[in-house]
Amino acid sequence: MNSKLVSDRNQSSTAFAAGRLRRVLHHPLSRPLGALAVLLLIDFFMIPGFFRIEMKDGHLYGSVIDIVNRAAPLMLAALGMTLVIATRGIDISVGAVVAISGTIAAMLIGGTMVVNNGVPEYVSNIPMGWALAAALGVALLCGAWNGLLVATLGLQPIIATLILMVAGRGLAQLLTDGQIITVYYKPFFYLGSGYLWGLPFSLFIVAGMFVVLALLMRKTALGLFIQSVGINPVASRLAGIRTAALIFFVYIFCSLCAGLAGLMISANIKSADANNAGLLLELDAILAVTLGGTSLAGGKFSLVGSVIGALIIQALTYTIYSLGVPPEVNMVVKSVVVFLVCLSQSPEFRRLRLFKPAGSGN
Amino acid sequence: MKNFRSLLATPYFTSLVTVALLVVLFAMGSVAYDGFFSVQVVLNLLIDNAFLLVIGIGMTFVILSGGIDLSVGSVLALTTMISAYLLQSWHWHPLLVIVCVLALGGLFGAAMGVLIHFFKLQPFIVTLAGMFLARGLCYLISINSITIDDPLYVAMSQTRLEFGFVDAFISPSVVIAVLMLALAIYLAHYTRFGRAVYAIGGNEQSALLMGLPVGRTKVAIYAFSGFCAALAGVLFSFYMLSGYGLHAQGTELDAIAAVVIGGTLLTGGYGYVAGTLTGVLILGVIQTLIAFDGTLSSWWTKIVIGVLLFVFCLAQRLMSMGAARAADANGAAAAVKPSVQAA
Repeated sequence: MNSKLVSDRNQSSTAFAAGRLRRVLHHPLSRPLGALAVLLLIDFFMIPGFFRIEMKDGHLYGSVIDIVNRAAPLMLAALGMTLVIATRGIDISVGAVVAISGTIAAMLIGGTMVVNNGVPEYVSNIPMGWALAAALGVALLCGAWNGLLVATLGLQPIIATLILMVAGRGLAQLLTDGQIITVYYKPFFYLGSGYLWGLPFSLFIVAGMFVVLALLMRKTALGLFIQSVGINPVASRLAGIRTAALIFFVYIFCSLCAGLAGLMISANIKSADANNAGLLLELDAILAVTLGGTSLAGGKFSLVGSVIGALIIQALTYTIYSLGVPPEVNMVVKSVVVFLVCLSQSPEFRRLRLFKPAGSGN
Repeated sequence: MKNFRSLLATPYFTSLVTVALLVVLFAMGSVAYDGFFSVQVVLNLLIDNAFLLVIGIGMTFVILSGGIDLSVGSVLALTTMISAYLLQSWHWHPLLVIVCVLALGGLFGAAMGVLIHFFKLQPFIVTLAGMFLARGLCYLISINSITIDDPLYVAMSQTRLEFGFVDAFISPSVVIAVLMLALAIYLAHYTRFGRAVYAIGGNEQSALLMGLPVGRTKVAIYAFSGFCAALAGVLFSFYMLSGYGLHAQGTELDAIAAVVIGGTLLTGGYGYVAGTLTGVLILGVIQTLIAFDGTLSSWWTKIVIGVLLFVFCLAQRLMSMGAARAADANGAAAAVKPSVQAA
């Protein structure tokens, strides 16, 4: 009697567990999280001391911290890109905006060494706050330009942002004359390689942005509106949503994120390189967003997913580098991953996999 | 005003603007710089941009069908790399190499076309992945530049086809590119394939209901674009005599710009293949102007291309709005809805 009760309870609990497992597996985040877990598992077995984290000079050091730190600009860009893709758009000017904002900050800060009473000091050209504000301001202008073309003129997003992608990098190169501008001003570096409470400062920026965004999306109607615009722009407009204003906002926000990422990148390398800063970052950002489960057809989006997507990309890069595989493989692996993710999102492919008739295949 | 609006609504308005712009740019150069006004400068435009013209032709078909192909620049680089590797390391016969890489390019494009059509994936993301893949494969072969010293390639690179009556020459690549252009014009305007391309670009659903072979045509379009990219790669390796993974970075954007400036509508279904030639020539003239000036840095090329892209996109929007208004005025059902293009 007693034992039967126990077994009954066991059975019901296993059924409950199975149901919960199914629910967990069907959760949209399960796939990106699974991919990240597999990658980390490979790292755990293949790279000795991967998860070791040490305290040195009051900072945390370790591979994991390194990955998270290096993924910070990508995470920011991916956050902005998520919203754009959620409205059925795309922003391929992210890399150019990164180059522009980094260049402007570096030029305005510059930094010269002044010897005061025998102590060398670094002074910036104009106060750093102004320089950063100017750089972000220009990023906002870039976003407004994109938003104007897409929302007001109704150009296709890929072409509208293509214009800035081509011309923007040209502008940045024009500003720097194609040279790399080196910055000699310590406080600026804090943005890219500083530590706060033992953790990289860039992480706090990303976390701050994420929290603000998540609150905006979940606690206000903004998230709902963005989703509805992505699912059906015409119906949303007819339902009284100010579609154009929303799309405008989304592009401005994306450029702001890109601008912030640009500041981070140039602070990290202590210089601004208009030729290469943020090159192909837009593609990585799109990849991160896709990996995170946001549908490229618009509507469904996941901010956490995009952050995880960015982490996957950085972890992949780190793994490839530390396994001693030629880094060139990275691009091939990335492209194969994109193909697989896209296929797995395609309903036609799922139907094919279940061996049901393909229906209206052609 | 009414005349102006009806001019805006004429089908070949942007094409006319492009040709006018080309003439104006060339006239500006001729007035400003010594030695600009010569036959050879014009022919040099073709010689330096033969590969871009070929890529642009493939891109025109893709954009006409309402798609986009971002992989062309990388396929070009991959072609130069594979050619160089097969020639230098395996010592294959150059003609065999050329046939192989052209077939590979076509297959690569066809594979992307299959993914786009049969799995209903967005052309943009599929070709983006294709771009990564092709570029990555280049680096897998070698991260360094491989010099080609095959006699045929060197001959193709150095041969000058002189004209009898003027003191000017072109390269064999120009002949290939022009032949390709003629073939493409024939394909687009005089074959069933071409009509199917326009129909799909106009409205894929309607094309399907009309009984056109939408699937076959779409795969063929991307295969053609891949083939063109590979051919451009062959021309590029004649031009540079090397294979390198960093060759032709950003060419896909130049090609898209050339097609758009040439008057092809980005939403598909409307445009001329010949317009792409004018688009390519305009890009070439801008580069030549900047080269002749000498004081302007090459960054200006990018900025000017960006500005031109903007102006032409704007003109296209105005045109389609004008067309919609004209259609409304005629009491016809509005065939073009300007607002649904956010998709």
